[in-house]
Amino acid sequence: MNLNIKLAWQQLRSQWQSGDLRVLVLALVLAVTSITAVSFFTSRIASHLNNQGGMLLGGDAVLISDHAIATQFIAEAKQAGLQAASTLEFASMAINNDKNQLAEIKAIDDNFPLIGDFDVVFEQAQFLGKNFAQSVQTRPEKGEVWIEPRLANALNLKLGDSLELGASTFKVAGLLMREPSRGGDMFSFAPRVMMHIDDVVKTELIQFGSRVKYQLVMSGADVKLQQFIVQKTLNLQRGERIEDVKTARPEIRNALDKAEVFLGLSAMVSVVLAIVAMGLASLPFVARSQEVAALLRCFGASKVTIENMMLLQTALLALIGGVVGCVLGYAIQFVLAHFAGRLFLESLPPPSLTPIFTGLALSFAILFAIMLPHIRSLKNIPTIQILRKNFVLLPKQVWLNYLPVIIVVIGLIFWIAKTPKLAIAFLAGIVGICVVAGGLAYTLALMLHGASQSKNIGNAVGLGMANLKRRLGLSIAQIVGFSLGAMVLMLLVMIKTDLMQSWQKSLPIDAPNRFIINIQQNQVEPVKSFIQGVSKQANPQVFAMIRGRVVEKNDQPINAEMFTEERAKRLVSREFNLSSSAAMQDDNKLLQGRWWRADERAAPLLSLEHDIATALNIKLGDTLTYDIAGSRITLTVASIRKVEWDSMRANFFAVTPPETLKAFSASYMTAFYLPKSQDNALNSMLQQFPNFTVIDVASVMNQVRDIMSKLATAVSFVFGFCVLAGLVVLYAALVATRASRLQESTLLRVLGASRKQVTISMLTEFASIAVIASMVAVLVASVLSYYLSRFVLDIPYQFNFALALSVFAIALLLIPLAAWLVIRGYLNVAPKQLLNSI
Amino acid sequence: MLLSNVELADTEIDLTRQLENKLTAILATNLTKHVGETANKIEILTGLNLQVAMGESVAIVGSSGSGKSTLLALLAGLDVPTVGTVEVAGQAFSRLDEDARAAVRGQKMGFVFQSFQLLPTMTALENVMLPMQLANRKDAKQMALQTLEKVGLAERLNHYPKQLSGGEQQRVAIARAFAPQPAILFADEPTGNLDIATGERIIELLFSLNQQANTTLILVTHDTQLAKRCDRALILENGQLN
Repeated sequence: MNLNIKLAWQQLRSQWQSGDLRVLVLALVLAVTSITAVSFFTSRIASHLNNQGGMLLGGDAVLISDHAIATQFIAEAKQAGLQAASTLEFASMAINNDKNQLAEIKAIDDNFPLIGDFDVVFEQAQFLGKNFAQSVQTRPEKGEVWIEPRLANALNLKLGDSLELGASTFKVAGLLMREPSRGGDMFSFAPRVMMHIDDVVKTELIQFGSRVKYQLVMSGADVKLQQFIVQKTLNLQRGERIEDVKTARPEIRNALDKAEVFLGLSAMVSVVLAIVAMGLASLPFVARSQEVAALLRCFGASKVTIENMMLLQTALLALIGGVVGCVLGYAIQFVLAHFAGRLFLESLPPPSLTPIFTGLALSFAILFAIMLPHIRSLKNIPTIQILRKNFVLLPKQVWLNYLPVIIVVIGLIFWIAKTPKLAIAFLAGIVGICVVAGGLAYTLALMLHGASQSKNIGNAVGLGMANLKRRLGLSIAQIVGFSLGAMVLMLLVMIKTDLMQSWQKSLPIDAPNRFIINIQQNQVEPVKSFIQGVSKQANPQVFAMIRGRVVEKNDQPINAEMFTEERAKRLVSREFNLSSSAAMQDDNKLLQGRWWRADERAAPLLSLEHDIATALNIKLGDTLTYDIAGSRITLTVASIRKVEWDSMRANFFAVTPPETLKAFSASYMTAFYLPKSQDNALNSMLQQFPNFTVIDVASVMNQVRDIMSKLATAVSFVFGFCVLAGLVVLYAALVATRASRLQESTLLRVLGASRKQVTISMLTEFASIAVIASMVAVLVASVLSYYLSRFVLDIPYQFNFALALSVFAIALLLIPLAAWLVIRGYLNVAPKQLLNSI
Repeated sequence: MLLSNVELADTEIDLTRQLENKLTAILATNLTKHVGETANKIEILTGLNLQVAMGESVAIVGSSGSGKSTLLALLAGLDVPTVGTVEVAGQAFSRLDEDARAAVRGQKMGFVFQSFQLLPTMTALENVMLPMQLANRKDAKQMALQTLEKVGLAERLNHYPKQLSGGEQQRVAIARAFAPQPAILFADEPTGNLDIATGERIIELLFSLNQQANTTLILVTHDTQLAKRCDRALILENGQLN
């Protein structure tokens, strides 16, 4: 074996055995693990979106519309040599005897899917898992449906049973395990029912005002398809858009991009901490390497030999750390996918291998950035050191030594954050928090040192407390490292708890728990009397809903291109519901203007919700022209309201006086409280009015809560790395100071201190670090959480006493324990032996 | 152009040196070493001269802090003098750069240290082979085996330093120093970390190997009895040799 490789390997082995290297490798592995776990996880979702674009759409491109697609369009697509398939999607209640469940119904024609297939289980006995599903390109026969297993569970259905959809009954012919075009649904609240498009009419589910998504899926030769798309895109009607595999699911891509950046930056906090730990852990490693380098120089080794040996060692370490980190990252992404993955997709494809390169590159970049200045100094080590045994750790120009690491960290942040603005904000945030935490730690350490001078404190305890000041720089690094980790985790728990609690508290017991939509005008009175019957509500409100789109503002056309914000673009291009009401709802608050008078029942006035008015830059007195089913009406903004959307009551962005929209056809909706005992009454009403869609708000709320909880668990898992990294910083600082601590405690023992006194002094020092770190974490997390609650989330802030207490308890347990684990080794050794080894 | 008196004197010294070089292992001239900045400057060696003949053994004795180790480091090229020169076998050693000095050390010098300085990751055999491997010598293993046998460690070739006693470790260090057959051997307090009996055995071994190989030995010690065994004993005092 080449001598350099042999030397490098032998030195690594020896340093590993002596423990100097372990913490360096641990920190490196942690950094690589946290980045690769996140990358693997997001790559799974991204690769699903990218690689299965065609599968996702069920074809190469799709025209999506909120109204029935013109037969002319379909004919033209066919003329252009494209294959075409029609589908329509809507939500409705699926019923089996006394059970009902909101379902997402998809009706497909004989051509769907053009690309991809379905996984369906056709025999009950085989319904054990996905493996038993058959991949088929057929579709449900007329009179039959395929349903997702969770609908089968909710309604207690077996294959062959009957399922009621609106006015019609269907045979459950298959359990749908996977379908094209379903893969990317972000939050699929309701389970799928797949039926034949020809059966839709007899369900009588699609009535005026029903929200239906019409799609024409197209497939064909790339050139023909592109020509057709380009030509048609220019002449699209309002409410129509064309998506192809590249533009499919922009909302998911957007959400994924954001999640990737957020999780990446969270992981970056632990990378930064791990780098601090590695910087500390490299010190004993380098000190030992200096001895070897000096000895080798003494025997005639050239600078190049020393340099090569160290470079090889660094490369070997980076390779080991990178590989182990990638393996752990791969394992941990399964946990992330378990917690959060199902929110995105039913089944995720396997991760791509790109994060392996990312992990290895990261490992090499960080380790070389840390080691290169050391290698430079090792190469030039004066050989006389071998006789003197006083090694200088780093060259004098300190800032230059940190330059490579600073460049790597900043580069990483810019790479992960994707936009310079976010990168700078993140950098400023992390530096700001470190400065504040460092300042606090400094002040508290000095205060504690002052207290240690008190005569009432025992000698050993006083000595331990005073040690904090003796190694002030390292103590602060340890405190900041641990508190930063604890802080981000605390912040997450605080915000999550605050959000949940304030949401639950804001809802009265009899808050509406059911919404009924798609009510037709002649069904309003029966619905009112039903609600009076079940919930004893004296005067239930049923609201008209008229779907319209804003087309002009102050007589000037308005369109999506005029806005930069995504939300504004969306609001302008879609239809939304207008409603009418004589009086303003109790939970609304008038911010500007006035409500209409009794003599203005048919006046062309409008009351707008505050957020939408701000997003679209609409002011009091502006006129808005709406396109409602092809007719136009111009309304003047008479008032701007604030709406409590959390109240679970029916609320609208735009409300007109009661008779202003009388000329337009409307569907109706209501929200009411259904006591648990009245489920059957609701079912019988649904059988009477099958076109109703009932939304179980309570279960939606539970789902939202479940999603939040899963997301929070996944995020806290990533934040958990930060806490671990904080502990590694602590451990690294301990290892870095082990030699001087050993010397100190030996001298203390030579001078007559008992082992107990030495232990107490050491434990006191670390208990002090724990107390200060917890105080810093609690203080900073509380201030940040207060700021977020008060100014960003607009929820009442409450100090979480139990959480603060548990942070203190955990820190007081973990930090002295970690210190004791490092130091206990030499507490039992005779001072004579220790003196010899110093 | 006429030469000045000083230049004439220098020329005379150079001629004498050329004659002496053939017999001189080390020649130190006007060797001066300062440490610290101007205000706190400490002079460790001041204008020291030393000539060591081939095959001669010289002991440098002095109290702690007298500069013994500094002198040894300068002679061995482990450090450079502030003023003055060191020549090794007629070559201006101290003027060479760090790597060239290392190469000369690898070819011509051996070292025995007070604290043994064995690499803990290597076996006795590997430690002895190391300097020869660094010099790319093909006979590294053969020479190491022979020398370890000479120091009585033929049975402990594959033991690591921590598995050896202090005396055995110093014997490995001596084998490491002699195996490449250096022209000059530097020993810095070789018995400093050993008990009296072991120390005596180590000294016997050192001198006997030195005699066999006819190596030039420069021994730094504070032990006057040990110093007497050398051909010459010089006392380092106030930065000068007496």
